[in-house]
Amino acid sequence: MKAFLMFRDHDFDLKGKLPSNEQALTQDLELNTVFNSMALGDEFLFEVARRAVLSGLENDLSTILYRQDILRDCLKNPSIVRDIYNVAVEAIGSEKKVYFGYYFSKYPSSILSRSIEVLQIFVVMLKKLKNIADRHAGKFESEGFTTLFTMLKKELSNEYFAIVENHLRELKLRDGVLISAELGEGNKGTNYILRKSQEERQSWIERIFAKKPPVYTFKLHPRDENGARALSELRDRGINLVANALAQSTDHILSFFSMLRMELAFYVGCLNLHVQLTEIGEPVSFPVPVANRERKHSLEGLYDVCLALTMKQKIVGNDMNADSNNLVIITGANQGGKSTFLRGIGLSQLMMQCGMFAPAESFSSNICDCLFTHYKREEDVTMKSGKLDEELSRMSDIVDKITPNSMILFNESFAATNEREGSEIARQIVSALLEKRLKLFFVTHLYEFAHGFVDKKTENAFFLRAERQADGGRTFKLVEGEPLQTSYGEDLYNMIFDDKGTEACSQRNNVE
Amino acid sequence: MTFQSILFERTDDSIKKETLEAPVFFVDLNLDQIIDAITVGKQEYNLKPFFYTPLNAIDAIKYRHEIFRDLENKKLFEDIKSFSQKMRTMREHLAKGDKLYYKYQKERWFLETIEIYCDAVNRLFRDLSLADLKSRGFLAFREYLTDYANSERFTSLLAETKKLFDDLSSVKYCMLIKDASIKVRKYASEIDYSAIVEQTFEKFKQGGVKDYRVRFLGGPADMNHVEAAVLDLVAKLYPDTFLYLDNYFVKNSNYLDETIGVFDREIQFYVAYLEFVKTFERAGLKFCYPQISDKSKEVYDYEGFDLALACKLEKSSVVCNDFYLKGKERIFVVSGPNQGGKTTFARTFGQLHYLASIGCPVPGREAQLFLFDRLFTHFEKEEDIKNLRGKLQDDLVRIHSILDQATSDSIIVMNEIFTSTTIQDQIFLSKKLIEKIIGLDLLCVWVTFIDELASFTEQTVSMVSTVVPENPTLRTYKIVRRPADGLAYAIAIAEKYQLTYDDLKERIKS
Repeated sequence: MKAFLMFRDHDFDLKGKLPSNEQALTQDLELNTVFNSMALGDEFLFEVARRAVLSGLENDLSTILYRQDILRDCLKNPSIVRDIYNVAVEAIGSEKKVYFGYYFSKYPSSILSRSIEVLQIFVVMLKKLKNIADRHAGKFESEGFTTLFTMLKKELSNEYFAIVENHLRELKLRDGVLISAELGEGNKGTNYILRKSQEERQSWIERIFAKKPPVYTFKLHPRDENGARALSELRDRGINLVANALAQSTDHILSFFSMLRMELAFYVGCLNLHVQLTEIGEPVSFPVPVANRERKHSLEGLYDVCLALTMKQKIVGNDMNADSNNLVIITGANQGGKSTFLRGIGLSQLMMQCGMFAPAESFSSNICDCLFTHYKREEDVTMKSGKLDEELSRMSDIVDKITPNSMILFNESFAATNEREGSEIARQIVSALLEKRLKLFFVTHLYEFAHGFVDKKTENAFFLRAERQADGGRTFKLVEGEPLQTSYGEDLYNMIFDDKGTEACSQRNNVE
Repeated sequence: MTFQSILFERTDDSIKKETLEAPVFFVDLNLDQIIDAITVGKQEYNLKPFFYTPLNAIDAIKYRHEIFRDLENKKLFEDIKSFSQKMRTMREHLAKGDKLYYKYQKERWFLETIEIYCDAVNRLFRDLSLADLKSRGFLAFREYLTDYANSERFTSLLAETKKLFDDLSSVKYCMLIKDASIKVRKYASEIDYSAIVEQTFEKFKQGGVKDYRVRFLGGPADMNHVEAAVLDLVAKLYPDTFLYLDNYFVKNSNYLDETIGVFDREIQFYVAYLEFVKTFERAGLKFCYPQISDKSKEVYDYEGFDLALACKLEKSSVVCNDFYLKGKERIFVVSGPNQGGKTTFARTFGQLHYLASIGCPVPGREAQLFLFDRLFTHFEKEEDIKNLRGKLQDDLVRIHSILDQATSDSIIVMNEIFTSTTIQDQIFLSKKLIEKIIGLDLLCVWVTFIDELASFTEQTVSMVSTVVPENPTLRTYKIVRRPADGLAYAIAIAEKYQLTYDDLKERIKS
């Protein structure tokens, strides 16, 4: 039995490999803000959210759509989904409460009796699941939930529960233990196997022994304590295998519950996030992913989830229609929303690829194999050559790993030298990557570099500019537009040194 | 030709009485360390007597060389080792079984012992019949083994053993344990309960899970009285099988063939030596089968080394040395700086000749060695230098006794003799002694400080220990054939302090 809520045909792996640049992604896109909102303080939810989002780049189109359908069901029936999740949590919790110490694990008889106890609890939990399936299955439309509920109904029939309960009763072995054995090395008994008679339960053992001679009996002297120990060891050898089988079955059911819990945890996280975004009035929509070979990127009202969650208010959304463009160059005013936009691009891509809704009124893009961020790092600014060195080394690491359908977000890269050199480095790198059809978003102040692509009339380049109003104020809205020679540093200077601008500045600092 | 022994072709060659006492020169030549290293881990075979007894015929040495060469075949070597391993297991099994208490347990252990034995013999028989053997020793042994493996005695032992095993392995019984009683009867195809459990919960199977099977302490030798009681009841269920087992136990107490047993021990002489050799060969050191002569005293060895020293050192830092004696040359006079490998050279010469005399391959790329009648050593022991007069006297007495016993076929290895007297005395005594040795025409290595001995006559050859010229404190441990001028060392030190003639001309500017 499998939950299969994350993938149509296999389990979600909480220990799977994450992209090698997960740390950079987490830092540059401030992913922890999203994870925290999904987790609401629950460590487990946090970890599942983290894993699911970061491993999302591996998903194919159909997996994304499969999860989107399940998420739609969850958004329709949030309380039922949380109920199922809670059953799984309760089952796992009660198993932990049944004591199982080191001492116990040395005796098959204690392993057996513990397993029986745990299984009795599991039976109750499985019945709860079954009831939910019986009562609510009709409200769910997604393939994932339909399959799960159908399976629960089919596998957990009343007859099945009766069989299990019967075994649990019999395995308490109140009528004695019937064990088969053979002679091993040194004529010592071996291959001990617990046997079940094929006849009726009632006095079955006695009957076998009554009608099939010869039978010889050994009786222990009442005061023979060593003998009693030896006898109980013999009994333990006999039930060793069955105790193992039962304990392993317990583990299997436990891991079914764990898997159910883990896979639902992702959706519970999505529900949590959804509640918060709805509260602040931000829209969400189910994105339309297209194949990784295509080039598409169009969006309306895209916002940076992290900023919205941090500020707890609706923020300015952006539109863009860069279908068939490989390169998006973003220039313009300082603190004009460039970085926010870039982060929004990265976040929406990750959210789409893990099967979530997108933080936008509408969103569509091609899926990418890998997502890289190449951000300016706030290291020692005085050591310019060292810093450029560091930047290029990071770039080289990225180049080691890229595939043609990767996406790279550059944020003021290669600016750790003078503009001319920086531009030339950036130009060479970007030109090469473009020829390999990679998708690039580049926030830059390097005018020469940015404008170079305008001059060359690079067909698949798209230009966005942070807007500046006539009075020097910002709208935080990006518009399509070619790079301008100044980045309004003067504005910023004026704002900071001008009394009137102080308030506005502190507000904008929040944004950047 | 009937097979006698893998160590000796003829019975009259064999050791009349195995000695546990090493020859007197063993300690001086560090041969005790070598033999210890060779036989370590093989104490149960008591191999040392074989290493303590030199051979006195060239053919007896060749008999062993042939066997060594056969064993260089990796397959054969592994076959022999696996045979030995089985025989060892058999002995251990027998010994453990002897200590057991319950009758049917003890008898089963005995049965298992014989099964191991039969398997060992059969495997060896099969392996040897496929092997490409050339040595007289192995060919004769194979013939013996073939006869034995096909003999009525062995084949019926094998058949009985197999039948008993089959019978016992078909025994299958059921126990009903309830309260303080166990009922025992034959098994009647009841269902495996763990299979039912697995089947019931099959649908939950999720991949790998922990193994909860408990490992019970105690091996097959441990049987408590409850198990023994059950075994007795099982014996009642299968009376014929257990009666057969009783008889088998009584009948086969002398199952082991004596010649096979002796072979198992004696072949370890070769196995142990070859395994020892391999540890050196892996480091690039060479071994060879020396030419042995009992007439020509022209001996040589190229790339030889001190085996005892090599055991202690990093194998890669072992220094090899060459030597040869031609025509009338008989005596190596070794001089040069201390700690330069002089004593090592002398020991190597003695070791090589001794190892050759027991029929073993020796360190070196190529060697010709002499089959000596006696080997004498005279090594000084520093801690004895308390009583000067007594010590010198003692030296002289010992030397005298050696010269009395030595023949022209003997070898003498001497290390810094007569040091407990004045240099004039030393020169005088040494000259007297060397005259006597030359008179005997025997092979000799003499480590000494006295340069004058080196060029004494045409019978003496001067060997000198050397240093690295750039850094005289570094010894090369190379011993080279060169006149003993005592200069090499001095010049090297001078170079180090830039005090050579040329250096000084440079440094002292007018």
